[in-house]
Amino acid sequence: MNKVDTISAPHPKGYYPPGDFAIWFFIYAELLAFGVFFVTYAFARTYNVEMFNASQLELNRTAGAINTVLLITSSYFVIRAVAAIREDQQNLCVKWLFAAIFLGGMFLVVKIIEFKAKFAAGISLSTNTFYTFYFSMTVFHFMHVILGMIILGAVMLKARRGGYSSQEHTGVETGASYWHMVDLVWIILFPLVYVIR
Amino acid sequence: MQYQSQAVAKPYFIAALGLFAGQILFGLIMGLQYVMGDFLFPEIPFNVARMVHTNLLIVWLLFGFMGAAYYMVPEESEREIHSPKLALALFWIFLIAGALTIVGYLAVPYATLAKITGNDLLPTMGREFLEQPTITKIGIVIVVLGFLFNITMTVLKGRKTVVSSVMLIGFWGLAIFFLFSFYNPENLVLDKYFWWWVVHLWVEGVWELILGSILAFVLIKVTGVDREVIEKWLYIIIAMTLITGIIGTGHHYYWIGAPEYWQVLGSIFSALEPIPFFMMAVFAFNMVNQRRREHPNKAATLWALGTAVMAFLGAGVWGFLHTLAPVNFYTHGSQITAAHGHMAFYGAYVMIVLCIISYSMPLMRGRAAANPPKAQVVEMWAFWVMTISMVFITLFLTGAGILQIWLQRMGDTPMSFMAGQDQIALFYWLREIAGVGFLIGLITYFISFFVGGEEQAS
Repeated sequence: MNKVDTISAPHPKGYYPPGDFAIWFFIYAELLAFGVFFVTYAFARTYNVEMFNASQLELNRTAGAINTVLLITSSYFVIRAVAAIREDQQNLCVKWLFAAIFLGGMFLVVKIIEFKAKFAAGISLSTNTFYTFYFSMTVFHFMHVILGMIILGAVMLKARRGGYSSQEHTGVETGASYWHMVDLVWIILFPLVYVIR
Repeated sequence: MQYQSQAVAKPYFIAALGLFAGQILFGLIMGLQYVMGDFLFPEIPFNVARMVHTNLLIVWLLFGFMGAAYYMVPEESEREIHSPKLALALFWIFLIAGALTIVGYLAVPYATLAKITGNDLLPTMGREFLEQPTITKIGIVIVVLGFLFNITMTVLKGRKTVVSSVMLIGFWGLAIFFLFSFYNPENLVLDKYFWWWVVHLWVEGVWELILGSILAFVLIKVTGVDREVIEKWLYIIIAMTLITGIIGTGHHYYWIGAPEYWQVLGSIFSALEPIPFFMMAVFAFNMVNQRRREHPNKAATLWALGTAVMAFLGAGVWGFLHTLAPVNFYTHGSQITAAHGHMAFYGAYVMIVLCIISYSMPLMRGRAAANPPKAQVVEMWAFWVMTISMVFITLFLTGAGILQIWLQRMGDTPMSFMAGQDQIALFYWLREIAGVGFLIGLITYFISFFVGGEEQAS
């Protein structure tokens, strides 16, 4: 069986959703939280479209695009990690997880550079409604990247101790599911806040 | 009871229940003063009755939480409490200091109390819920620090569990945030800003961790579901509590002079605060449905399910009702707030303390597992009478609040405050009747402790 087949093959136990059921409760709660943010952003924007558009142009879209690539790539690495553990390749799983966490770290670095530039320009939460949303949503997402990295880190440590196998790797799928959520939110956040006018 | 030192929880619970009765009596006095303004005047003015009502609530819940910790921590850590003598000494210090404070409130005018307790040396008095004289506040800090030392040492020396860790984080947070009650800046905006660090970050932050850990403990005991499953839920619940609750503080910052962005942050995060309570309700019912044993203590299970549901309704739904800034613009500080406060405190904190008392008291009184069925039936009656009365108190206050807002804050010619209050007197009478219902429930609850009979074999 080649690797692509392994990824798309159903879970050996055949259950859905993958990973621990409890994490899905958490994921849906988190998606709801971001969803409320996105909807409120949209409403707030309708009251002052021009101001939102003007402020939006001040954002660093290149940094945003780099970060999008970083997160999507790290999500792919996490998929590789799951595929590896399904074939009992524990070392490979650890390596892919490390790569995913590393890219998460890169995301944080880019974001910090972006924030620093904004603060240096005297822009803050209070500048206008757009920036209230920009900082609230991106900082909130930033915290989620950190939490996701902690979760993946815990999974990686357990994987390194040989805690997972092709038979039992719910933990890897649990961490992967959460990381994909963090990625998904950014995929919506980036165009919504940085691009769409 | 597996460990001798768990018994120190008993005096804490008894004191808690005694003070609970006092709280309800003052609630009834105050409820009557809403409609008969000069009732017990000048002996007990309204502001004093209110202060006693709210302060007793906080103090008896603290007694309940500490009792819960002293009962739970030995079983979780699998060892005796570090120092049962310290626990008992702190109990008496706390009880005497609390009683003296209440006597002070009732015996002398508040300004005199401030003078004789040396408030001018370190002024901390005169702020809602933090009315205690400075020396009482210092006493609270000493008691809580001693308590923290005692349970932290016990946890550190013994088995570490998620339940005891979450509880410890909750108590440490409780202690740390209480320190802000000593910060009393001249600037009113700053004063209010940090005042909420005590008030909000207690009840919508760290207290929820204590609530979650007690609920998890009781559910482990009565359902026999694997600890791992329950702990996993506890993790997710406290994560959501902190994610929503900390920034949710912003829903108090809308109109106090804090930056405008709090209207956005406060609205969004506090709108999500019902989520952890919803999870708690789903969690409690799931665990009970998946139970691996039929625990003979049906009453404790009922309190556990009850607290999850009522906390979701009172804290979650009734909180959401008026938390969004555009809504709160009209509802702020109206009877809607009172409605929310009553059901949230009852659902989240009163019921969880009664839940752990219901579970542990029979064991501390020498029963094998639970009270005799007859006593449990009386207790469950008390549960329903108190809970239904509280639902009615909340509904009548909500009605009063809606009418109050309509008459006093909307339309071209809004009424003055007192004229509006006259119009809603009927709701206040109905609330008082529901309050009497609650007292009947409470008396029934006390009676349940004295109902004898044969214990059901477990």
